Amino acid sequence: MKLNLKEHLPPLSALGPIIALLVASIFFTWQSEHFFSGQNFSLILQQVMVVGVIAIGQTLIILTAGIDLSCGMMMALGSIVMTKFATDLGMNPYLAILCGMLACVLIGFLNGALVTMVKLPPFIVTLGTMNIAFAVTQLYSHAQTITDIPEMMSFFGNTFSIGQTTVTYGTVLMLALYGLTWLYLRDTAPGRHIYAIGNNPEAARLTGIATGKIMLGIYMMAGLFYGVAALLSVARMGVGDPQGGQTDNLDSITAVVLGGTSLFGGRGSILGTLIGVLIVGVFRNGLTLMGVPSVYQVLVTGVLVILAVATDQLTHKKG
Amino acid sequence: MNLQHSISLAVLTCVAGIACAAEQPVIGLITKTETNPFFVKMKEGAQLRATALGAKLLTAAGKSDGDNAGQVTAIENMVSAGAKTILITPSDAKAIIPAIKKARDKGVMVIALDSPTAPQTATDGLFATDNYQAGILIGQYAKASFAGKPVKIAMLDLFPGHPVGITRHNGFLSGFGASGISAATTDLLKTADVVCMADTYGDQGKGQTAMENCLQKNPEINLVYTINEPAAAGAYKALKAAGKEKTVMIVSVDGGCAGVRDVKAGVIAATSQQYPMRMADLAVEAGVTYAKTGKKVAGYTDTGVTLISDKVVAGVESKDTAFGLGACWGK
Repeated sequence: MKLNLKEHLPPLSALGPIIALLVASIFFTWQSEHFFSGQNFSLILQQVMVVGVIAIGQTLIILTAGIDLSCGMMMALGSIVMTKFATDLGMNPYLAILCGMLACVLIGFLNGALVTMVKLPPFIVTLGTMNIAFAVTQLYSHAQTITDIPEMMSFFGNTFSIGQTTVTYGTVLMLALYGLTWLYLRDTAPGRHIYAIGNNPEAARLTGIATGKIMLGIYMMAGLFYGVAALLSVARMGVGDPQGGQTDNLDSITAVVLGGTSLFGGRGSILGTLIGVLIVGVFRNGLTLMGVPSVYQVLVTGVLVILAVATDQLTHKKG
Repeated sequence: MNLQHSISLAVLTCVAGIACAAEQPVIGLITKTETNPFFVKMKEGAQLRATALGAKLLTAAGKSDGDNAGQVTAIENMVSAGAKTILITPSDAKAIIPAIKKARDKGVMVIALDSPTAPQTATDGLFATDNYQAGILIGQYAKASFAGKPVKIAMLDLFPGHPVGITRHNGFLSGFGASGISAATTDLLKTADVVCMADTYGDQGKGQTAMENCLQKNPEINLVYTINEPAAAGAYKALKAAGKEKTVMIVSVDGGCAGVRDVKAGVIAATSQQYPMRMADLAVEAGVTYAKTGKKVAGYTDTGVTLISDKVVAGVESKDTAFGLGACWGK
């Protein structure tokens, strides 16, 4: 009996995040009359969409037992490239967006190449590219915010209505990207291989998986996600912000960890990351609605992160 | 949510001790950070006044100076929480504007505190120190103190492109006698007396590094302008290490308690003191007035600036550090 029950229940690392999200939501519904509404949930989703999309790339990298510290700065660089190309160079906005994303993919390639070919630790590589991307962003933008961007770059900040609720297109894009990544990780061979590499790269290589190629691909794919996040950031803020993304690396790692993905690689889920992103967004929104200073959000997040990692560690030992 | 549900929820929240929001004006205050004593004092002033006037105060802040995304989120959450007035110290004068516009389109009055948006007209009003005047006061003080003796100036600024840094810097030069400068000048100017300019980010450690580098560049520096008192404290450490703390004059802007004590101790010769509590105080009052009468504020309200020094120089009006300590903020 006992064995059966264990087999049928998802592990605590998968259930925990959902329980935390539910408990927080019930608490805030009780505390603030403004919390429980479609409009407010839509607001939370649009507030988390930039970090949410960055966290997809971060999840892929963490699943391979890596880490990416450069993601936020890459996002900022991408947003500056696309807005500045469109405004200063007068480039076609679609082309400018493509260039911004390409910049992110290029740095992703650099990260991946250094990790797989030169065999440097991801932590150090991305620490380096984080600083490089930051400096290039500041130099290229002269540390000035880029305004008067073309209308179409704000498309993903526009809304449509479902009943009384207005939803941004960016939210839909974020959810769609999560769906696609979920399918990719679940149903494709390279997707499954990521888990194998994260569990034991040497074993994966010996079974004939092209680990180097897949890793390089993951870092470039993550770059592409950061490029999409750059576009979402531009759409949401209505400007290119050279100071943006400075804490997005830690925020995205927080979301991944809260979502139950193991920092040691090989275990975790992309939907968990979405829950993790939402937990942070719900706390920030709910505490503001209650009138509690936002520093408590930081406190709660810190406690949750430690709980999440502790859960991971304990279940890992048992398993 | 049906009516019955809403009512029972509303009753529940009232019972739980959370204020019944219906008849109470809600005012939001968004600062750059939670931890800077200047903003802590501002929040304290806002809370005192809100309690006195029966308003509910919501507060939020960016994670760090320059965190625009965090401030945008805070604006949205406060509008969602029913705030009719939002007071904000913009981290990024330009990037925050689309979010402010969205809030104003929903009938929310937005007042900038401490520093303006660019353009200033993006908000309903601005309650702030006249930073140009703050610069002029310490410029005049330094000019009168040197009384025509030769001067070599180091200017320890904020960071590139920040309007407050630029107006204080230019105000100082104008007060020191440079011509052709106005409050509207948007570039950091440099006169023949200025031998070194460096960014400090308003930080003591970076202020020290900046001063060390400036001394390396020109050991004859005898007057130091600093953007704020932490930067001044850093500059003093560098001067002391070089054995020049007795011969070099430091002037600054801010008026925090640590800064005023530094003036008292002779580390800083004079500082221009600003009043964050008054900014919040007046702005909360304006918010309550708007909730009650629908009357919005307009334009710029000067919240005052006073020169603090224990060494009076002829022709420049100043108050002593006892006055400064009575009106300062922080520990």
